[in-house]
Amino acid sequence: MTFKSSGVGRFLEVMAVLVGALIVWEIAVRIWMPKPFILPAPSLIWSEFASSPGYFLAQTGYTLGTTMGGFLLALLLGFISAVGIVYSRLLERTFYTLLVALNSVPKVALAPLFVIWMGTGVEPKIAIALTIAIFATVIDTVLGLRSVDPELLSLARSARASEWQVLLRIRLPSALPSMFAGMKLAISLALVGAIVGEFVAGNTGLGQVILQAQGMFQTARMFVAIIVLGILGTVLFYGLEALERWLLPWHVSQRGQIMQHGA
Amino acid sequence: MPPSLQSQSAVDPQHPDIDIRQGRKVFASERGDVEALADIDLQVRRGEFLSVVGPSGCGKSTLLKCVAGLERLTSGSLQVRGEAVREAPLGLGMVFQRDLLLDWRTVIENVLLIAQFRGLDMGKARVRALELLHLFGLEDFVDRYPWELSGGMRQRASICRALVDDPALLLMDEPFGALDAMTRDQLNVELQRIWEDSGKTVLFITHGIAEAVFLSDRVAVMSRNPGRIMKMIDIDLPRPRNLSIRDSTQFTHYTGQIRDVFLSLGILKNH
Ligand SMILES: Nc1ncnc2c1ncn2[C@@H]1O[C@H](COP(=O)(O)OP(=O)(O)OP(=O)(O)O)[C@@H](O)[C@H]1O
Ligand SMILES: [Mg+2]
Repeated sequence: MTFKSSGVGRFLEVMAVLVGALIVWEIAVRIWMPKPFILPAPSLIWSEFASSPGYFLAQTGYTLGTTMGGFLLALLLGFISAVGIVYSRLLERTFYTLLVALNSVPKVALAPLFVIWMGTGVEPKIAIALTIAIFATVIDTVLGLRSVDPELLSLARSARASEWQVLLRIRLPSALPSMFAGMKLAISLALVGAIVGEFVAGNTGLGQVILQAQGMFQTARMFVAIIVLGILGTVLFYGLEALERWLLPWHVSQRGQIMQHGA
Repeated sequence: MPPSLQSQSAVDPQHPDIDIRQGRKVFASERGDVEALADIDLQVRRGEFLSVVGPSGCGKSTLLKCVAGLERLTSGSLQVRGEAVREAPLGLGMVFQRDLLLDWRTVIENVLLIAQFRGLDMGKARVRALELLHLFGLEDFVDRYPWELSGGMRQRASICRALVDDPALLLMDEPFGALDAMTRDQLNVELQRIWEDSGKTVLFITHGIAEAVFLSDRVAVMSRNPGRIMKMIDIDLPRPRNLSIRDSTQFTHYTGQIRDVFLSLGILKNH
């Protein structure tokens, strides 16, 4: 319980390590003076960002939009499929079996194909983000919906609850912790998908910033994009985690904390 | 007489609430069939408190599930209030060994779950739920979450949930089995108080011989492999009963009688 409550402390610890690493990096670059296109100093990377923050923000916005588009679609379609799979033997035997089998295939390989099908706009990027992310949402939602205590279902049946009531009042809330686990995985995967999509086509987004900067040996610019991506991924992940904490205060893994707030 | 009883008086009052004849239940499995219940003849009268005691695995839960319409007998007949059981009978409340409270609902919301399932008027159900929570001493925990409650309080809440639509028939499967002895005694007293004059029929399953004698009008003693009712014992003790009745010679006479059945069957051994 005590180590859980020090979430803020842990955050400060991580920040301290990161800042320390940046300082070491800066000092090392000043001592050994590598060529800036091999390894730019943090200060140079910062001034690269500061020289055109609007540009970087716009590209970040684009990548974020693609990621969220793919993620939300994966969530919606994944949820609908999962409910279908749980209630239909046929869907389970066909669609779900196929999905589980395909899960280990590297989905990024489909990106060039999507470009042929959908052009170079935002659509193939959302499609690839969706394709990568949906596996996590479907599989974890199915697991969650199935993991319901069978005795709870007996209780519902003894009161003649309808299947719809059981889904709404028992299965769904029981599935939420598992769904969140899938969502946290899916959001990271959607970001990967968005970047891969940007790598293979178009001229916008952080993926394109990296590719174009590479063509001109603007290594500092590449680092800006990479760092922004790192921050983006972290913020999205912890945003979902905060949402989970807020929505599922009962979730066992976080129960210790609640008790402390209550006390 | 409470209105819930009057409305049912059209049904023959002599007719038992639960009527099982030649009940048999076989579970098919890869290792062969398991005969969980055999030759079950059981009539539970309206308003009667009947307990079933028996060793682990003798089919007590199976019997209860059949009555609740959650399992079907392989053969034989089973009627609840004169109707063959196909799905859960109306006016049924169930309590399990685990309280099965939903972690994401407060105590009162948990109690109201059954009211929602039954499509009751939620305003009225809420009033009733609050009354019940009061009766069980949970008035200060109405808006708390289950994880903030002790085991005994949680089980009280689950009993309130079973009672929220005022069921005529209450099925309880070792409801106090997971509780410490003191809490268990306390809940025995509370359950008796709630049941008395309520007109409710209770089928109560337990491992506890003393608990069965304390609560019941009759006790069915079961043996296992297959599960059969070996003996039916009328408990002729005055009500209301208080805990000290357990030291009386009449009481120990009844517990001794039940123990002797288990001893003679080799389910209990003196050595
Ligand atoms: N769904 C099932 N499938 C197969 N066998 C079952 C099933 N349910 C129960 N049984 C078997 O039926 C027998 C009776 O089980 P039951 O759960 O009714 O016993 P019980 O008297 O309630 O035991 P306990 O006191 O331990 O709760 C056991 O041998 C059990 O293995
Ligand atoms: Mg049992």
